Amino acid sequence: MSNHPQALRIAITDDEQPARSRLKDLLQDVSGTLPIELVGEAENGRELLELLEREPADVVLLDIRMPEMDGIEVAQHLQKLEDPPHVIFTTAYDDYALKAFELHAVDYLVKPIRLRRLHDALVRVRSITRLSLDVLQNISPEPRGHLSVQEREKVALIPVSDILFLRAELKYVTIRTAQAEHLLEESLARLEQEFGDRFVRIHRNCLVSREHIEAFEREPGESGEPRWVVRIRGLDERLSVSRRQQHVIKAIGRNLV
Amino acid sequence: MTSINQNRYPNALPDFRNLGVMLRILVIVTAMTALAAALKSSTLDGWFQWWIAISALVQPVTILSLLVLGVANPWLRRIDYRAGIVFVVVLQVMITALVTRYSWGLFDVGGTLARHGFFSAAAALMLIGYFHLRNRALSPALTEARLQALQARIRPHFLFNSINAVLSLVRSDPRRAETALEDLADLFRVLMADNRELVPLEREVELCRQYLGIEQLRLGARLQVDWRLQGMPADALVPPLILQPLLENAVYHGIEPSSEAGTVTLEISSTRDQVRIVLRNPFRSASRHQSGNKMALANIRERLQLHFDAEASLATRASDGVFEAQIVLPYVRDRE
Repeated sequence: MSNHPQALRIAITDDEQPARSRLKDLLQDVSGTLPIELVGEAENGRELLELLEREPADVVLLDIRMPEMDGIEVAQHLQKLEDPPHVIFTTAYDDYALKAFELHAVDYLVKPIRLRRLHDALVRVRSITRLSLDVLQNISPEPRGHLSVQEREKVALIPVSDILFLRAELKYVTIRTAQAEHLLEESLARLEQEFGDRFVRIHRNCLVSREHIEAFEREPGESGEPRWVVRIRGLDERLSVSRRQQHVIKAIGRNLV
Repeated sequence: MTSINQNRYPNALPDFRNLGVMLRILVIVTAMTALAAALKSSTLDGWFQWWIAISALVQPVTILSLLVLGVANPWLRRIDYRAGIVFVVVLQVMITALVTRYSWGLFDVGGTLARHGFFSAAAALMLIGYFHLRNRALSPALTEARLQALQARIRPHFLFNSINAVLSLVRSDPRRAETALEDLADLFRVLMADNRELVPLEREVELCRQYLGIEQLRLGARLQVDWRLQGMPADALVPPLILQPLLENAVYHGIEPSSEAGTVTLEISSTRDQVRIVLRNPFRSASRHQSGNKMALANIRERLQLHFDAEASLATRASDGVFEAQIVLPYVRDRE
């Protein structure tokens, strides 16, 4: 394929080998009329992020139904990159997603992909507006499996199941896992909306993972008045429960042994 | 083209060797005798005594009739429906006469031989009428059409992904592409066929192999299959597409959502009169799209009931990351 300076740099992501090889064949055909360059292929979202750190791409052809992390979630993490690539989704058959794509003018190709459609999508790609995180979150029927943060020029993926608590601090939300802290640029209210099943709000600025709550304790507060705190498994720090949120102690405490 | 308005289920006597049919006959006859006793007496005590007395005559007749009908079953299924009815009624009257004659001295329920014969024939006709209606209720065009529609509902996801996989082979490995297309054609031939007749289990298993061959194309080493068919009765008759949809579920819910390799195990064994099919696949509780799964299971359950009544069952359970579906059905062999 061409190494033309303005060549469109393309990355492929699909968990199925035949699907990737079919796309490569088609890109080979497209390269006859359109300057393009295949920068690489990935089997899943994690590999794609690693690939893009080494080899930035202009366009990502992204399969929707993939194990571990679906394409729509991968696209959300891609938005954390310095210069996010355009995303063209590929799918064999996904009723819910296609309707949502039409609604939000998201670009997609239906498998088996026709050469003509692929060509047109690639020609169009520079002129269409980029995906926004909001739109992707609206399309996604389920909460993400990972949160992504930008650290040292890289996008790090943090499994939501590893998160002990989320605390809003000024502009950022701090993600606390057993190993580390990360800064996330999203709103706590939005996170609560998305992960309400997994996290419970114990304070105006804090969401705690339900499954990591070890106990609720009463300890003397600064003003001498006793206050409620949450003890979290594997963490020395205690988080205080605000007066307004004390009802959760009753609701959750019942299930603690 | 067959129209769905045609009555494609010929009138037929029930399968007298089926446990469900026997049970239904016994329950209905017992209920009839209880009702007859209630007509004879107004007190609870009297009713009970009458019931015992009537049953002493009726139950031997019922059991003897069931025995004879069980023996005559293969022949009864071959002859004309009307001739069959005549045979059953005549048999009833004869057995009633026999039992009445030899039990005359033992207990007295009154009435003449003609009266007993008449009631017996009437009861037999009512039962035949009941089975006729039940047959109509279970297999009218509507149910048929719905079941067939469900059967044909192979996941579009599968079709398009498979075609895509075959396309990827066309340039690099045309021979494998040919085989894959042939398998796909066979699979769809069965899916779109008129699937009311039972087929040998062997054929259903062959279909499963073709299906998994196509899936293997896409999923490669991620899909492992463990065939345990040493105990398979190849000639056992099963409703078509009883296994393939279960395998499709296993692949969709058990293999595709994971990037690790997973194993689908198919184990078939049989005893003298039962066939047991067990399918296991890895399963993750967070799996989405559960509704398609439930529909396939309900469809299989409904068809098992249609063909084997209470003698067949489909049970499922999910534990320790393994989903298991187990089908038990009577070992029916092909009648020459």
